[in-house]
Amino acid sequence: MSESHTPLLTTPLDSLHRELGGKMVPFAGYAMPVQYPTGILTEHLHTRAAAGLFDVSHMGQVVIEGDDPAAALEALVPGDVQALGIGRTRYSVFTGTNGGILDDLMISKLSPTKLFLVINAACKHADFKHMQDWLAGCSVTMLDDRALLALQGPKAAEAFAAIAPESVGQGFMTIREYDVAGIPCLVTRSGYTGEDGFEISAPAARAEELARALLALDGVRPIGLGARDSLRLEAGLCLYGSDIDTTTTPVEGDIQWIIGKRRREQGGFPGAAVIQAQLADGARRKRVGIKPDGKAPARAHTEITDLDGNVIGEITSGGFGPSVNGPVAMGYVPAAFAAPGTKIKLVVRGKALDAAVVSLPFTPHRYFKG
Amino acid sequence: MTIRFTKDHEWISVDGTTGTVGITDYAQHALGDIVFVEVPEAGRELIVGGDAAVVESVKAASEVYSPVSGTVTEGNAALADNPALVNESPEDQAWFFKLTLSNPAELDELMDRTAYDAYVAGLE
Repeated sequence: MSESHTPLLTTPLDSLHRELGGKMVPFAGYAMPVQYPTGILTEHLHTRAAAGLFDVSHMGQVVIEGDDPAAALEALVPGDVQALGIGRTRYSVFTGTNGGILDDLMISKLSPTKLFLVINAACKHADFKHMQDWLAGCSVTMLDDRALLALQGPKAAEAFAAIAPESVGQGFMTIREYDVAGIPCLVTRSGYTGEDGFEISAPAARAEELARALLALDGVRPIGLGARDSLRLEAGLCLYGSDIDTTTTPVEGDIQWIIGKRRREQGGFPGAAVIQAQLADGARRKRVGIKPDGKAPARAHTEITDLDGNVIGEITSGGFGPSVNGPVAMGYVPAAFAAPGTKIKLVVRGKALDAAVVSLPFTPHRYFKG
Repeated sequence: MTIRFTKDHEWISVDGTTGTVGITDYAQHALGDIVFVEVPEAGRELIVGGDAAVVESVKAASEVYSPVSGTVTEGNAALADNPALVNESPEDQAWFFKLTLSNPAELDELMDRTAYDAYVAGLE
């Protein structure tokens, strides 16, 4: 436990988490609330039924400015950033020279000369150096003085409108600047739960004021990292470092949809040769949804075998899905086993349990379509 | 009837050579919402400190160790259908298994209620 020797960083909402009874745990070098007194199960179900507020201020927020930052960034990511419209947001990854994934991220285009990125906490310093090294002619700035809050759930939009009237009608995967409870914010309509919602970047100095205003809204409760993980798992969304990492390509990770058509043809991103070959010929293995037949959860690193007991892969994320009311998982299997309905076995505590490959997500996405 | 506790937060209530085992209120609180429980079947031989049952919260799986050696006479079938009972009634209805003690002298190594309460207070 190397973390125990390094003082943990805190987010601008640290004292609020403690006041709300958050159980603080180390996560990516930060003290973060894994849950509040009601517990992960209740928090998860509340987010699916009403609205949850998440502190994700540990994530990195970066601005890239230059004459053409979209063209420059395409040297590091396989997405078509040049075709991204002003005010639009897109999911992407940084690829390595072997085609593996260095991190996943959200890219928003604020103007032709300015991009806004959100990157993972555990990768943010490496990502920042990577961008500084490779984005010639651009200035790359880490916004260390900003907090990031996520408001997620079917009642998020209605509640949010009361203090952010300009959010009404904001499209899914778009970014806008407006005041929330009188605080200037940068807001994307996006999230990591499979539900409708917003991710709100605000000045750190006013983060607690913003969080209190959001928590005062009808149906909004604070939600910890535990439910954030179970919500994203049910939604079939990847956790970097578990479901995708430097050893998995976007094709193997089944997120090849992030690679723009022009980029597939032209390449020009790290690992393009490997990824283009996999797009043409198929990958040897693939990330799939896995549903255990019984009630026992199969956790990350559980061995996957075929019906004869030959090891064919490993679970990368797995646990109990509160909305599914049963175990859910994701993992990698050879291409021949990737079709939904394929029977497999999971070795849990020495016992081979029945399971099947299933389509993702486990719970339908309910993003804003207005 | 005597009740004894382990440092791993199991309790055992003993009547003659019959013991009933579960996890403590402290343990269920630390684990959070329990979503899966696997109890041992009747006839299984357990050794002191050995794996006996499994309890899983949303976050993680934990082993339940047997506080003493013996032969399982019954697992609590109610927990498979209602794992949340462990959160609601950890030291009563949500017992995990009953066993016949093979070496009751092992109980002398365990804590009584007063000692366990002091032990838990020292953890917080």
